[in-house]
Parts: sequence; structure tokens; C-alpha cells
Amino acid sequence: MAKLTFQTDKCKGCGLCVDVCPKGVLALAADKINKKGHHPVEAVNEEACIGCAFCATMCPDCIIKVTRP
Amino acid sequence: MADKVLMKGNEAIAEAAIKAGCMHYFGYPITPQTEIAAYMAKRMPKIGGVFLQAESEIAAINMVYGVASTGHRVMTSSSSPGVSLKSEGLSYLAGADLPSLIVNVQRGGPGLGGIQPSQSDYYQATKGGGHGDFHMIVLAPASVQEMADLTVKGFELADKYRMTSMILADGTMGQMMEPVSLDYDIAPAPEKPWATTGTKMEREHNIVNSLFLSPEKLEQINFERFEKYKAIEENEAMYEEYMMEDAEICVCAFGIAARVAKNAINEARKQGIKVGLIRPITLWPFPSAPFKKAAAQVKEIISVELSMGQMIDDIKLASECKVPVTLCNRVGGMIPSPEQVLEAIVKANNGGAL
Amino acid sequence: MVVFDKPHALTDVPMHYCPGCTHGIVHRLVAEVIDELGIEGKTIGVAPVGCSVMCYDYFNCDMIEAAHGRAPAVATGVKRAQPDSIVFTYQGDGDLASIGMAETVHSAARNENITIIFINNAIYGMTGGQMAPTSLPGQVTQTSPYGRDVNLCGYPVKVCEMLSQLDGPEYLERVAVNNVKNVKAAKKAIKKAFQNQVEGKGFSLVEVISSCPTNWGLTPKKALEWIDEKMIPYYPLGVYKDRTAKEENK
Repeated sequence: MAKLTFQTDKCKGCGLCVDVCPKGVLALAADKINKKGHHPVEAVNEEACIGCAFCATMCPDCIIKVTRP
Repeated sequence: MADKVLMKGNEAIAEAAIKAGCMHYFGYPITPQTEIAAYMAKRMPKIGGVFLQAESEIAAINMVYGVASTGHRVMTSSSSPGVSLKSEGLSYLAGADLPSLIVNVQRGGPGLGGIQPSQSDYYQATKGGGHGDFHMIVLAPASVQEMADLTVKGFELADKYRMTSMILADGTMGQMMEPVSLDYDIAPAPEKPWATTGTKMEREHNIVNSLFLSPEKLEQINFERFEKYKAIEENEAMYEEYMMEDAEICVCAFGIAARVAKNAINEARKQGIKVGLIRPITLWPFPSAPFKKAAAQVKEIISVELSMGQMIDDIKLASECKVPVTLCNRVGGMIPSPEQVLEAIVKANNGGAL
Repeated sequence: MVVFDKPHALTDVPMHYCPGCTHGIVHRLVAEVIDELGIEGKTIGVAPVGCSVMCYDYFNCDMIEAAHGRAPAVATGVKRAQPDSIVFTYQGDGDLASIGMAETVHSAARNENITIIFINNAIYGMTGGQMAPTSLPGQVTQTSPYGRDVNLCGYPVKVCEMLSQLDGPEYLERVAVNNVKNVKAAKKAIKKAFQNQVEGKGFSLVEVISSCPTNWGLTPKKALEWIDEKMIPYYPLGVYKDRTAKEENK
């Protein structure tokens, strides 16, 4: 399982990472609002993450760090 | 006494620039200053410098902006219509506090105008030369020797104050041939820690920029820049006084007009008229001190210009409007004759009558 | 093991771009390439006027902000003064293909040894969505409210095709950043464009088809789809000039 770290305060909630994830790991947090006033991304199904980094590849704000054990 | 060589004014500027350590020249052909570019095209490749003919005056001034960002001495030259095109770049150079040297060998205008000498870019040079609150140091040579000397001085002042120096010459000065000494003792340019030379991973990145979206910040920067301008006004004004000790009439002229005026003054003195000359060498900062003094001494100031009287406002301000300022001029590429100036002097001496 | 992290050449300053704007992706690709080539300490970037005007805050290398359209001239000055520096410009379509067309064409014609990253999103973003030189025929913008009428305002400028007719440039490629595959290809092209400069090969320009969700009036996801549906058919991706490869094939 890969590990995802988000710079949540820099997320603009565009959702490009959510759309591109092949495993449905990500979602925009409907119940949270970050400093910028956006619903930030969060990992709702992190155990399914395969560390492909598609999310980070498409993230325009470079807020996602992907590590593998 | 150093050896003198016979040179054209335009060539003297070019060679003096090289002597001052300017290894980068960018320009676009326009009469009557093309000799500068031609000279640089010949010389630069032989001394490891850069001569590049740009696609436009706009490109040339922005190449200057690029080199200036790296901290190297750099120049461009043009003539009136070309300088108008450069005015965007002049504003950006001012906004980013970059040193550079610009030469304007003026020709008649407005529009395409003509190719004969003029001084009708005085406003453009001294009152800004682009959008926003800014000044350039404006140097007005009246001999081929001064074309060279003021070029060296222009680079030094530009570096000292991180701003643009402009040589405001005219077609006559550019084409004139005189003996000139180019023996300079050039001080090393100051350190430029702000320059974009690459971080070498040893410092924070430098940013050369004129964009400040916060009005508070932009106001502060403008205030600070004008503090600098104030210091320049106090310390860097240059002028020549000629026979002003006992003068009752003052002629004011710069550049080629000052040479004509001197001839007329010599003739007037032969006729017993007490007349002298104040020749501003810096047009910005305008030398106020001699005019303040003259205002208490003379009955009239005659401004001799190759324009419709663009310098008169500055003379009136400097002399605090205490004496009448009249205009003796030719425009459109014409030059006042010594006879015309003498006539104006005689008229002033007679209280307005010939 | 780190699979993906922010490149060093990108600063920590939050980018001001709208949500889903692909400027950020291209910034990151440029920064990754700078990292991988180990050139940050000798790179000088030139920022444009337009949405990416403040990119001088986002790159860790030395940066210069240029007047609108003049970045290639500024870059020319920098490169001529410091030939060992790596100099790149980052410009949008209004900056590069409209007001700065002369500087673009002539820096290419001179084969100036610089790298240009050209963002084509078919619109003026910063000023609020006006017609760009690259806006598509029929495209609705603030200044073409009934759609771009080619009889009234002519046709879009195809920069790579146009520059490929010059003898000067070394390398011209058009890429897109609307999906993972295209982003990876874009990075490869950007890396080549910088590598060319390192090797002294000359003028390299990468045109990046990008999205502007805000001014296109689309969601970030729909904007990426619009690139596939509308932009790429008009602006085909691919290499338009690669002099070295051509000479090697001879």
C-alpha cells in the first residue's frame, strides 16, 4: 500500500486527482473547508492506493506526495 | 596630455562606452545615429563583446533590459522616433531599478519628422519618457569630447543610482568631427548583489520585477525611488557658466544651441553688451543654482533651443519666474544662426526693441 | 520510497491560478526538468505578462519579469551576457503570439539558444477571457461574444507550424497536459527543450495546449475533455521541427 500526503491548505478542490485515480482512493471532503475556502481532497480509501501517482501528475498545485514502503 | 584622435560624435560615444566596460550593444538602424551601431558592429566581435541588430527598437531596449538584469553594462542608441518605441522599455527599466545607458541623437519631429538635428525630445527625456513616475539622468553634450566623457559618466551614474542615463544629443553633435581624448581611468563597477546571475544554489533567488499589486507596497517603492531622485538633484546637477560674472542678460542653451549661443555672446561682448551663458549639462536634474543666482542679476533670460521652447518651463521654475524668459529658436531640423541669437541679445539689451 | 514529491525548483509559494488551471502542471514539469538536469543554480527564467506573470514567485531559480510579449528579447539579452546560464521564457498565447510575435519570430530566426515554454489555452485569462490569437473559429469569448468570426477577425495562429518554416529554430513540439499520458509526453518534450540548450543546440519551443476552466466556462474536468474534442483537432500534437534528429537521419 502506498502512502499519500496532502498539503491540504493549498488544495483548490478542482477534483482532477479524484477523476484520474484508477482505484477510487480520493474524494473531495464535503464536510471540510480549508483556509482557501475549498473542499480539499482526502484519501477515503487509502488501502486501495497502488502508488501510481496519477493524482500527483494531474494536480495543478503540486500538493500531493506519494511514498511507497 | 593624452593623444587625441579625430572622431565623429557618434563614434566617440561608441568608443567611450567600450572604454567604460560596456560589452553589450543592441540597436536598430535609424538616421542620424547609425554610426554608433556600425562602430559597435566592427569593434565588439574583436574584443569579445556583443553587438546584435535587433528586430525593432522595442526588442533592442528589452535586450538591454535582459543584460541589465545580469548586472553587465549595456547600451542602446536610437533617434527620436525610435526612442518613442523604446519608451515602454524605459519605464520597465525604471520600475525594476536597472542601470543602463540610452543614447538619443535627436532629429526633427513629431511623427517621422525629418533627419536633421533637433532638441524637441526635451520633454520626453526630462519629464519621464514613459508611463509612471520616474526620471532618467539626462546628459547633454556640447562637443565630441563631451559625447565621450558624458557616456562614461552616464554609465557610472547609472550604476551608482540603479537607473537609466540618457545621452541627449542631436544630429549635428552625432555627425560633427573633433579631436577627442579617450584616456579614462575607469573605476570598477559596483557590486550588484541584486543581479540575476544564477543562484549557484548559494542564495535565495533574485527577482527583477516592476509588478507590485499591493498599492501600499507600490507607493512605498515610488516614495523610496523619489528619495533617490532627490539625492541626485542635490548632488549631480552639472552646468557650465560662461561670462556670467557681470552679465545683465543670460542666454540659456544646451548641446549644439550652446555652441551657437557662445559665438553670439562673444560678438555681443564686442559690442559692449554684458551677456553670459548658462549651459545645463544635466537636463535632469536641471541645474537650478545658477538660475537662482542669475535671477537676481539679469534682466532677461533667453532660451536658445531647437524646439518650440520645451526648456522654458524648467528655466522659469529654476529662476522662480523673477525675470522674463524669452525664446530664440529654430525647429524642424533648422539651427539658429549666431546672427539670430545676437539679434535676440541686442533686443533684450534694448528692453525689447531692436 | 518517495514516488512523487514537489520538485526543488518549485517554491512553496501557493500558486494564484484558478482551480484546475493547468499552468500549475506545466510549472511543475519545468521545475522537475530543472531538478533532473541539475541546472537550478544557473537557470534564469523570464516571466510574461498574463496569468503566469507572477511565476517569478514560483520558481526557485533567478527570475526576471518582462514587459508584455518581450520575454524572448529579454532572454536574448540574458543569454548573450551570460552564455553559460540556462535561460527560459514562460509565455501565454496573447504574450507570445499576439503582442510579442516579432520577438518570438526573430528569436527563432536567430536560433537564439534559449528555451520557450508556450502556453496555448486559446484565451486571455488574466484580463478576464478575451479572444486570443489562438482562439478557435467560433469560440465564444468576452470580445467574440457571438463566436470568433473568421471573416471579421481572421484565423488562429498556429505557432509551431509557422515557426517550422524558418531555418533558425532547432526544436519545435506541441504537447498537451489534459491527461496523464499527455503530461508525461509534455515533460519529455520540455526536458528535450532544456537539454538542447545545455548542449548548445539552439532555439527550442514547446507549445503546451492547456486549459482555462474559468474563462472557458467549464469545470476543470470538462475543460480537459474540451482539449481533446476541440483544441487538439485544430492544433495537432507532435514534433514540428527537430533539426538534430533530421540531420542524424540523413
